[in-house]
Amino acid sequence: MKNPPSSRRSADDRGFRLATGFSALLVVLLVAAIGLELYRTSHLSIAKFGLRFWKTTTWDPVAGQFGALPFIWGTLYSSVLALLLSTPVALGIAIFLSELSPRPLRTPLAFLTELLAAIPSIVYGLWGIFVLVPAVRRLEVWTPDWMKKIPLFSGPPLGVGMLSAGLVLAVMVIPFTSSVAREVLKAVPSTQREAAYALGATRWEAIQAALRYGRTGIIGAVMLGFGRAIGETMAVTMVIGNNPRISWSVYAAQHTMAAVIANEFTEADTDLYLSALVEIGLVLFVITLVINALSRFLIWSVTREVKVKTVAPVAPPAAAPEAAA
Amino acid sequence: MKKLRFLFAVLGAALALSAAAQTVQINGAGATFPYPIYSKWFSEYNKLHPDVEINYQSIGSGGGIRQLTNQTVFFGATDGPMTDEQLQSAPGRILHFPTVLGGVVPVYNIPGVTGELKFTGKVLADIIMGKVNKWNDPAIAGLNPGAKLPATDITVAHRSDGSGTTYIFVDYLSKVSPDFKKTVGVATSVNWPVGVGGKGNEGVAGLVKQTPGAIGYVELIYAIQNKIPFGAVQNMDGEYVTASLESVTAAAGAAVKAMPPDFRVSITNAPGKGVYPISSFTWLLFYESPKDKQRARIMVDFMKWALTEGQKYCAELGYAPLPSEVVSLEMNALKKIRV
Repeated sequence: MKNPPSSRRSADDRGFRLATGFSALLVVLLVAAIGLELYRTSHLSIAKFGLRFWKTTTWDPVAGQFGALPFIWGTLYSSVLALLLSTPVALGIAIFLSELSPRPLRTPLAFLTELLAAIPSIVYGLWGIFVLVPAVRRLEVWTPDWMKKIPLFSGPPLGVGMLSAGLVLAVMVIPFTSSVAREVLKAVPSTQREAAYALGATRWEAIQAALRYGRTGIIGAVMLGFGRAIGETMAVTMVIGNNPRISWSVYAAQHTMAAVIANEFTEADTDLYLSALVEIGLVLFVITLVINALSRFLIWSVTREVKVKTVAPVAPPAAAPEAAA
Repeated sequence: MKKLRFLFAVLGAALALSAAAQTVQINGAGATFPYPIYSKWFSEYNKLHPDVEINYQSIGSGGGIRQLTNQTVFFGATDGPMTDEQLQSAPGRILHFPTVLGGVVPVYNIPGVTGELKFTGKVLADIIMGKVNKWNDPAIAGLNPGAKLPATDITVAHRSDGSGTTYIFVDYLSKVSPDFKKTVGVATSVNWPVGVGGKGNEGVAGLVKQTPGAIGYVELIYAIQNKIPFGAVQNMDGEYVTASLESVTAAAGAAVKAMPPDFRVSITNAPGKGVYPISSFTWLLFYESPKDKQRARIMVDFMKWALTEGQKYCAELGYAPLPSEVVSLEMNALKKIRV
């Protein structure tokens, strides 16, 4: 068999490039179409409330007054709380699995963490209602009075609320962050660690060096978890208390953007109401875009910093270009 | 071998197609509250008329009204009557037909209290608005001299999802408390002054069960089926009535005299003896003059069956049946549908 003539080959290449290029374009078109459709469907609400929609706190379907701020607040608060709770644990899992764990334990442990990601969110929600919420309520009842004076822990012991939502989200986010972080640590060339040991570093210092080396990837892992937390609907709505009031307290019942859409969409009986709910979707879309852009920017600024540093004093490590690729 | 299998596949598909051609499919959508009895009705009706297949999507009253208005379904279903505005925005005249009745009951979890509590409408409204916020408040204690009410804070649990249950409950509270009407109002979701939201009856029931000092509201059927104790509510005649299928049907019976010809009537806080005040109809919605006459004839026939034979399935599924006076009014009204 001879090779096919080169002209046919280049035709194949072109076809392949067109096909893959089209797939890539499709994603862009899809995002644009979603944005456009959200904007189009929410025009009633946009026309009526304008920028006030982002700033006002009243959500009153009876009076036709809609403001998104409590939902924006609740979404960001619960996601940040989830991130604060999950990141240390997820990084701990990643470090243990890639650096410290005995070899035979690695695969089963990694498998188990990833299994957490496969549990449907409604199951997390039920677990939240029946196990987590009563436990959180006990914690809230037990809270000493001086602590309740701090705005962060004020309010009646309901069990449902921001703390329960943050905890459920944290558990849901851990497998995403930890498995990406583990892959990142795995990709750190062993010469990095060997070099650290050769310089007399302790194990902890060697791990720190590896973490520093892989920090872009780790930031990416954390942001992936953040994206997951922002969009989570079912598990959150089951434990957060669904009350659109802004509060600093982690004990207070609050609400999120995804939850209000899921809760109220089916019974939204006026056009303005429906349009306001779609605008909540638009706000969520915009916020997600902004956060993604910010995380890109963060990664970009960190990589730039790394490049500058490695180039400056000593000769760059031999393995660096490989790892970057 | 492969060819043979292919042949069978083609044959099977052809058979399925020809069978589908003979059955008439009718699609409807709307309220979730009557879904169990509607699906029972549609499957029983299908046994009687194998060539008719009625599909019902329980997407919520708001969704049902919207889909009917957009004419993507043949009929709709709602727990709250359509507003004048909604009726005007529809491309044709829409008729309401009550099918069954439901009640909404207050459920609570008070440490140390096991008996049935009594509520007046005003006290209930004040509790839900957060004005009465301790269980031993004189307003509650005065109605329940026997009960040992603790000084526990009251936590109000409400539905977080838009719901016909909420509509019935706030419709009642708005009738008995002008203050509630002014600050909260009537809709399937409202701006609650206080409290926490749970999704669905089960969400509210779960919140109440787990939170000492909580009060919430669920559908009567749900409370009965899950054996959740609930309170008695004072009706217009001053009696404290515990909700039951009979006392809910009685509310509809009391409304017959004042029944408007389009059946768009709220029967919360209805007058009369033995009437449970937080009761409501649930409605099926049809166009007065549907384009598809064949389907219209079938649905009229179905309605006649559901209003008579169909009512006997109410008890086993926990719905309150329509009083006979309402059934005869509706039988007459069915003639309005142009088939």
